[in-house]
Amino acid sequence: MATSEIRRNFAPAEDMSFDAIQGSRRLKGMLLVAFSILALAVGVGMVLTLLIDVLVRGLPWLDWQFLTSFDSRFPERAGILAAMVGTALTIVITVIVSLPVGIMSAIYLEEYARDNWFTRLIEINIANLAAVPSIIYGLLGLAVFVRFFGLNRSILAGGLTLALLVLPIIIVVSREAIRSVPNGIRQAAYGIGATQWQTVWHQVLPVALPGILTGNILAASRAIGETAPLVTLGALTFIPFLPKDLLDRFTVLPIVIFNWSSKPQREFHDVAAAAIIVLLGILLLINLLAIVLRQRLRKQF
Amino acid sequence: MSMAAPSESSNAGLGLQQRRPHALGERFISILLMTAAALSVVTTFAIVLSLAGDTVAFFREVSVIEYLTGTLWTPLFSNPRFGIWPLITATFMTSAIAMLVAVPFGLAIAVYLSEFASLRARSLIKPLLEVLAGIPTVVYGYFALTAVTPFLRGFIPEIKSFNSLSAGLVMGVMIIPIVASLTEDAFNAVPRGLREGAYGLGAMRHEVALRVVFPAALSGVAAALLLALSRAVGETMIVALAAGQNPTFTLDPLVPVSTMTAYIVQVSLGDTPYGSIGYKTIFAVGATLFIITFAINFGSTLIVRRFRERYD
Repeated sequence: MATSEIRRNFAPAEDMSFDAIQGSRRLKGMLLVAFSILALAVGVGMVLTLLIDVLVRGLPWLDWQFLTSFDSRFPERAGILAAMVGTALTIVITVIVSLPVGIMSAIYLEEYARDNWFTRLIEINIANLAAVPSIIYGLLGLAVFVRFFGLNRSILAGGLTLALLVLPIIIVVSREAIRSVPNGIRQAAYGIGATQWQTVWHQVLPVALPGILTGNILAASRAIGETAPLVTLGALTFIPFLPKDLLDRFTVLPIVIFNWSSKPQREFHDVAAAAIIVLLGILLLINLLAIVLRQRLRKQF
Repeated sequence: MSMAAPSESSNAGLGLQQRRPHALGERFISILLMTAAALSVVTTFAIVLSLAGDTVAFFREVSVIEYLTGTLWTPLFSNPRFGIWPLITATFMTSAIAMLVAVPFGLAIAVYLSEFASLRARSLIKPLLEVLAGIPTVVYGYFALTAVTPFLRGFIPEIKSFNSLSAGLVMGVMIIPIVASLTEDAFNAVPRGLREGAYGLGAMRHEVALRVVFPAALSGVAAALLLALSRAVGETMIVALAAGQNPTFTLDPLVPVSTMTAYIVQVSLGDTPYGSIGYKTIFAVGATLFIITFAINFGSTLIVRRFRERYD
C-alpha cells in the first residue's frame, strides 16, 4: 500500500498529519515501556536500598561472638546461637515430614489418580491450602499439635506446623517435575512388563528427581523465612539456652529479627540487621545449591 | 521398597498365578499414595475444626452482634469490648495501599515481560523477581519500620512511628512479583493468533498489549489480582512491625493501627493462658480472617471459571 493510500484510509483526524499520529502512537508505546522500567526500578531499587541499609548497619555487629552467643538484654552481648539451632532443627523436621508425604501425593495425583470427584476434591483443596494465610497455620498448629497432641510449644510442634504449611508447595512443584517426564519412558517400561510401581520407582522418579529436589529446596527456604505461624504457635522470643530435645521450647532466626526490630533501642535494630544478613546469607546459599543441583542433574530428552 | 520392586530374575519363569503377591504389593502402594494425597484434605478439615472450636467458645461469651458491629476492640482491658471493625479497617487500609502500589507496577512489569522483553531481558528479570519474592516478610517489616517510616517523616512530619502508610507501601513492593508473575501467566495464555492478527492490521506493540492482549486476559488478570489481595490481607510480619498494635477505628494512614494478623501476633507474644477470653479471641479473629481470604480466593476461582475467554 502506498503511503498516500494509507493516509487517505487510516488518518482519522484532518487536523493531524499522518506523521503526527504516528508520532503520538510511538510516544504512547515508549511511555508504556518507560513506566514498566520504572516499575522494575522501584522494586529492585527498594530491595537494593534494603540490602545496603542492612549491610551498613549490620556488618559491624557481625562477628564470631554474635554467632556463638545467646540472646541478651544488652545489644553488644546479644547473639543468635539459640535461633540458628532452632531454625536448623525445625527445618529438618519440616523436611523429613513434608518431603515424603508431598512426593507421594504428587506421584498419586500424576500417575495413579483417575479423573473422578475424589481427585478433583484433592486438587481444589491443595489450591485452596496454598492460599491460606500462613498465620492461620499457626492457629492450626496451636490447636492440633500444641494442645490436642500435647506437644507443647516445642520444636516438634513448630516443625510439623511448617510441614503442613509447605506441603501444598511441595506437591505442586513435585507434580510439575513428574509431569515433565516424557511419556515414552513409561510406555517403554510397561512394554517390557514392568508394573506401575516398578515404572514409577525405577524410571519416572529418577528422571523427575532433579526437578523435585530443586522445588523442595525452594519450599524449605520458604519455611526458613516464615515467622508468623511460629509466633502464633508460641515460639519464644528470648531463649538463653540450647534445646535439650525436640520437645523443648525454641526460637528461630526470623522471630529473633522480629523481636529485636520491635525494640525501641537503635542498637537492637543494628543487631537485627546483622541477624538479617545471616538469614539472607543462608537463603542465598540454599538457592545457589538449588541452581547447582538443577544444572548438574538435568537430563535432556 | 524391596517388596515393591523385586529383582527381575525372581519373576522369570513364574506363571501368572505365582505373581499374585506382586499385585497385592501394587495395591498396597497405591492405597498408601492415596492416603498421602488425602492428608491435604485432612489438613483443611483440621484448620476449619481448630478455628471453629474456640470461635464457638468465644461466641458463648461475646454476642455475635457486638462482634460484627462494634467499633471498639479492647479485649484485654478490664472493661473488654469486642467490636471487630478496628481490625478490619486497618487490614483493608494496609491492603488497599499495598494494592495501589502493586497493581500498576506489577501489571506494567507483566506487560513488559510478555509483550516487549527480549529473551535476554526476560532471563534477567524473571530470576530478579524470584529473588524479590523470596525475601522473608520479616525483613520487609524491619525495613518498613526502621527505614521507610523515618524516610516518610521527611515529607510528612506528623507521621507516627507506627502507621499503615509505610507498612502498606512496603507490602506493595513485596506483592509486585506476585502480581507480575500471575498476570504474566494470564497474558501468556492469550493465543498468538490474536496478536498476529493485530500486528497484521498494523497495530504497534503497545496497542497489541493494551487493546488486544489485556482485554483477552482480563478474567485471568482479575483472578490474579484477587489472589494478590488475599496475600495482602493475610500478610502478618510487615504490619505487625510497622503498622503498630493499637486497634483504632480510623482510615487515617498516618497513625498506629492493628490489623487482624497483627492482633493475633500481639496476643501470641503475651502470656495468654489457654481457655482465657484473650486466647479465644485469636481464634475468632483467625476464623474471620480465614473466611475473608477464603471468600477472596473463591471469587478468584469463580472469575476464572465464569468469564474465561476460550479460544479452542
